[in-house]
Amino acid sequence: MNGTRAAERAAAKSTAGSAAPSGTGGPAGPAVPARPSFWTTRRRDFLTGYLFILPQLVGVLVFVVLPVGMAVWYSLNDWNVLSGKQTFVGGDNYAALADDPQLPRVLLATVLFSGGVVVVNIALGLLIAILLNRKFRGATLFRTLFFSPVVVSVVAWTLVWGFLLQDNGGINGMLATVGIDGPNWLQEGDTAMVSVVISQVVRSVGVNMVLFLAALQGVPRELYEAARMDGANSRTVFTRITLPMISPTVLLTVIVTVVGALQSFAQIAVLTGGGPGLSTTVLVYYVFQQAFEFNNIGYGSTLALMLLSFVMLLTMLQWQLRRKWVFYED
Amino acid sequence: MIRTSRTLSAVALTTVLALGAAACGGPATGTSDKAVELRMTVWTSDKDQLKLFDSIAAAYRADHPDIAKITFESLPFADYNATLTTQIAGGNAPDLAWMGDLSKDLIASDALVGLTDTFKATPDWKYDDLLDSVTAEFSRDGTLYAYPFSNSPYALYVNTDLLAKAGQKIDPAGLTWDKVAAAAATVHTKTGKAGLVIRDFDYKAWNTLATVWTGWGASAWSEDGKTCTFDSPEMQQAFTFLHDAAFKTGAMPGPGTTADFFAGDAAFTVAQVSRASLLTGSFDFGLYPLPAGPKGEYSVLGQAGMGVLASSKHRKQAAGFLAYLTDPENAAKLAQYFPPPRKSLLTGDKLAANNKVLKAAQLKDVVVDQLPGAVTLPNHTSPAEIARKGKTALDAMWHADADIPAVLKSVCAAIKPILAK
Repeated sequence: MNGTRAAERAAAKSTAGSAAPSGTGGPAGPAVPARPSFWTTRRRDFLTGYLFILPQLVGVLVFVVLPVGMAVWYSLNDWNVLSGKQTFVGGDNYAALADDPQLPRVLLATVLFSGGVVVVNIALGLLIAILLNRKFRGATLFRTLFFSPVVVSVVAWTLVWGFLLQDNGGINGMLATVGIDGPNWLQEGDTAMVSVVISQVVRSVGVNMVLFLAALQGVPRELYEAARMDGANSRTVFTRITLPMISPTVLLTVIVTVVGALQSFAQIAVLTGGGPGLSTTVLVYYVFQQAFEFNNIGYGSTLALMLLSFVMLLTMLQWQLRRKWVFYED
Repeated sequence: MIRTSRTLSAVALTTVLALGAAACGGPATGTSDKAVELRMTVWTSDKDQLKLFDSIAAAYRADHPDIAKITFESLPFADYNATLTTQIAGGNAPDLAWMGDLSKDLIASDALVGLTDTFKATPDWKYDDLLDSVTAEFSRDGTLYAYPFSNSPYALYVNTDLLAKAGQKIDPAGLTWDKVAAAAATVHTKTGKAGLVIRDFDYKAWNTLATVWTGWGASAWSEDGKTCTFDSPEMQQAFTFLHDAAFKTGAMPGPGTTADFFAGDAAFTVAQVSRASLLTGSFDFGLYPLPAGPKGEYSVLGQAGMGVLASSKHRKQAAGFLAYLTDPENAAKLAQYFPPPRKSLLTGDKLAANNKVLKAAQLKDVVVDQLPGAVTLPNHTSPAEIARKGKTALDAMWHADADIPAVLKSVCAAIKPILAK
């Protein structure tokens, strides 16, 4: 690239030098520099780059920026969907957030669900990855088994779990064979939350497992050998070598899992419908209820923007905190 | 470089805005010169029913060359209201629509076209043939906003084979809820199968419990819809009956337990007459009007209407087609699936003419005799919000040690603000 630009500059200089008027017979006047072409290589490169990203840029603008802008507009309006009448209400929908008696319970359910999913998913994903990182017969089969739920449709997966978890379902049937009277999983607040968390984790832990597995296999063997020679035990090896070396992957999985957990909708909608009571009504499901079931598009948009703010804040926070615990080899 | 990037950004943004404006543009005003295409949303996916609609539409189009196409768009019942309102919000509303509990909202929002004048102006349509008790739900200020094409009373289905296995017998004369609950509990104890199932309730859709609590003289709210009466003594008694059935006697399967009557898993079910099509002949059955409650005999009705949306670009043509679809001749065809609103069609023999499952006497008992005095399921504006908030409060009822009066009070606390809107 630099060579090309240097050649271009040299060519431009040469062109400028040969641009003296000729054939007039008089003394040669001062050289008039030729006007440089607008389409310099640098500009052409920029244009090419923009053209390449244009389809994606249009997609982001149409499907991200525009909807968010529309959500902001809707949040400032009261929209009767059926009659089509839209009334500007300013900050009323934002003020309604403070007066919504259900919102604290919805936020609590969101924290419990997301916290549960993130902690269990990361811990379980890492544990499985460590176990499957060893060489033993059937390791590939186990990797496939743990990853396979990821490719199953979330609705189909949740429907099956719904049958398993009902009072006279498969899980209680299995418990009964060993003399245990299982709980009514989806009808009690505590067990309903545990059920949706487990259902979500079992389905998605394969993704984190694969990422951790790739990270573990990238840790240089000589570090382990050196640690062993120095007499380090397994715990020290894990905390001083493995964890720091895979910390960039941990950061990535935490961010992705947090965002995924905050967006989990189908599991709640199909398995519990937000119940019993409001025990499993997470924020994204509450947004759907307000906007599409109750036709409160304005308030639903306000809640959606609140959710967007949470996701952005959490992601920024994690990104900033990475300096404290993420280790980069270089 | 900066200028170039700015120029490119501006071009991209303009393109996006132009695309957005094109996509978000409101409906064109006036009708185009092109032949009219009508679209009607329905929640049935039954092939025979859709075939019947298509055949009526084809006959109409043969006489109306200005109508190029009539499409029946089948939407899943569970998401029907949300899908329809999303279509309306997105500027993609159908011309005609079926409607159930959304009808009050649609009428209150002036989202429907008044149909009375169109129907009355249609030769031989016979507006006076409509039964008053079934048009009330879709009327406002003397104008009918939807044709009540389906008026299906709730009835008690009995699996007589299962009852016999448990040594039980039901006498339809003088049948009460107490007798049904006692027989149901015995069936459950002796066979392990379920006793009584209120179909579609599943400890969620509480409005279907009106099929029971009406027998105790209870109602969810006052007639004008402004006062919650969920905490009334009558409602407490009705819920005590239901709670005992679920948690004390075992007459009803508890929450989280599924039992399908039509698959032979239960002795009794309360369901609409139109559900008789689910009977496969795998067991002998009886079909009776709802049992009497402490306040005597009563009947409850589930309704669906057909209306023309005010946002349709072809309101006149849509109303014209609806008048054809519901005239006496076509109403008789629809009656084989949907109990009709026309007095002239409401005889056991006429209803049984095309019914493959039920006999004339059964249809007379559970449809013809029940319709004139039937009440509808609780219906109000903002039905989804009321249903959801009521359900959230009512979840506390479905525990063995529930405080019934306190839970019913909490239901009123939850839905009062919505009733007051």
